[in-house]
Amino acid sequence: MTLAERMYLPAILGGLGITIRHFFMKKPTIQYPEVKRYLGPIFRGHHVLKRDEQGRERCTACGLCAVACPAEAISMVAAERKKGEEALYREEKYAAVYEINMLRCIFCGLCEEACPKQAVYLRHDRMVPVFTERDQVIYGKDRLVEKLDDRYIRNNPDAQATPTEPTLSRSVG
Amino acid sequence: MVDNQIQLIKVTVDGIEVEVEPGTTILQAARKIGPEVAPPAMCYYQPLKGSGGKCRACLVRVAAGSAKDPRPMPKLVASCITPAQDGMVVENFSSPQVLDARKGVVEFLLLNHPLDCPICDQAGECDLQNFAFEHGTSATRYEEDRRTFEKHDLGPYIQLHMTRCILCYRCVHTADQITDKRVHGVLGRGDAAEIGTYIEKAIDNDFSGNVIDVCPVGALTDKTYRFKNRVWFTKPVDAHRDCPTCSGKVSLWYRGSEVIRVTARKNEWGEAQEFICNTCRFEKKETADWVIEGPTKISRSSVISANKYRADLQKPSFGDRVAAAEYKPIDDKRDTSQLGIQQLPPERFAKTLPSAKE
Repeated sequence: MTLAERMYLPAILGGLGITIRHFFMKKPTIQYPEVKRYLGPIFRGHHVLKRDEQGRERCTACGLCAVACPAEAISMVAAERKKGEEALYREEKYAAVYEINMLRCIFCGLCEEACPKQAVYLRHDRMVPVFTERDQVIYGKDRLVEKLDDRYIRNNPDAQATPTEPTLSRSVG
Repeated sequence: MVDNQIQLIKVTVDGIEVEVEPGTTILQAARKIGPEVAPPAMCYYQPLKGSGGKCRACLVRVAAGSAKDPRPMPKLVASCITPAQDGMVVENFSSPQVLDARKGVVEFLLLNHPLDCPICDQAGECDLQNFAFEHGTSATRYEEDRRTFEKHDLGPYIQLHMTRCILCYRCVHTADQITDKRVHGVLGRGDAAEIGTYIEKAIDNDFSGNVIDVCPVGALTDKTYRFKNRVWFTKPVDAHRDCPTCSGKVSLWYRGSEVIRVTARKNEWGEAQEFICNTCRFEKKETADWVIEGPTKISRSSVISANKYRADLQKPSFGDRVAAAEYKPIDDKRDTSQLGIQQLPPERFAKTLPSAKE
């Protein structure tokens, strides 16, 4: 090594230069809980049980999501719609209990694919929050059914009508 | 001596020859060979006399009428009511004409059938669902309104959904043959034909519940099971009890430790061989009432076997065979004695490897 190299000064200055350059670069970090990153149009996040245009629950507890679920995270209990509940539930039968175990769920989206009524969706804009207690893990209808003041709309041009939902495409909110 | 013996006749179905007794129908001969060649049946129900010949689901092509007269039959025939002849050659799945005709049959059966499988309790064990899945097309061309009916109440046990009915007459034959007096039948003609109890008379017979088992669709369902659960979440178990009126041999359908439904035992063609009484079906829903024999056999392809793991589960060996075929032993000559890695003895290691010979 030469004398200049042996003094390590050029190397120190070079290193400092890199550090100083990074002071002025754009920060890749975001302040997570306050700032949230865009998850993309097809992100599979928080489940939502959709309501239709008139605010009636779409789910009829047909069980196809539960049988499609590879992690067996979904369970439900069906009930018959009574007279006077026509504004609450769309079909004769509805899910009285609908539970998703978020510890089991692997967010594969097979339930969404299996649903013949376009009732269950995995939101592309919201994640399942971190839980700290065990009793927060199983999500019931209170946390899954879409709130009327917080409708979930996803624009999906690839969506196709299904035989049981011939008029409604997935883009309808 | 020879004359007294029944001369067996030879029938060929899809290239497979089978010997049957004279008078056997083509459908029964095909079923004798196995489910690979057996035509589907929607209205034919072997234990019920006079059933069959209505739905046209079992149409087959007869390529040679008999050994004596080997001309083909001019039209497709309904195999459930056509007797087999010696030397008959039948084409079922091997004939594109038959498959095409079945597509049409599915379309006609589904014309007035509502698409409410997500709600229907029969979904998962529905003959029409299976038939349409195997033989139909995925889209419908029908645009008109489907027929609707006034609601009939058939009492506390049986739920009638007339819109789902395909008019197979199985329930009418059941009521005729195993109950003393039938009080329901098909009223009306053509498009207006419907199953009904005349003057809304409720069915009350000890064996009336069997119409639920024979119904190929969800038109007649168990009211005590209505919307309780989906069939694929329930576990069927064979059980029996001493019943003064019937054989007492049933299938119990469990959800957890609770019996939520009792049905007759069905064979591989979905037919109940022994009809059960209403007491067994509707009133004995405690495990203590029954002697459990063991799990009901369900085919692997059925949705009822989904998410059920039995000790004697046979997984297909395909994956193992691929893994074994693609396995390359690694020639690792490094000295691992210094590393403190515990080595599996070779015979233990060989056990974990799938064998290609299986």
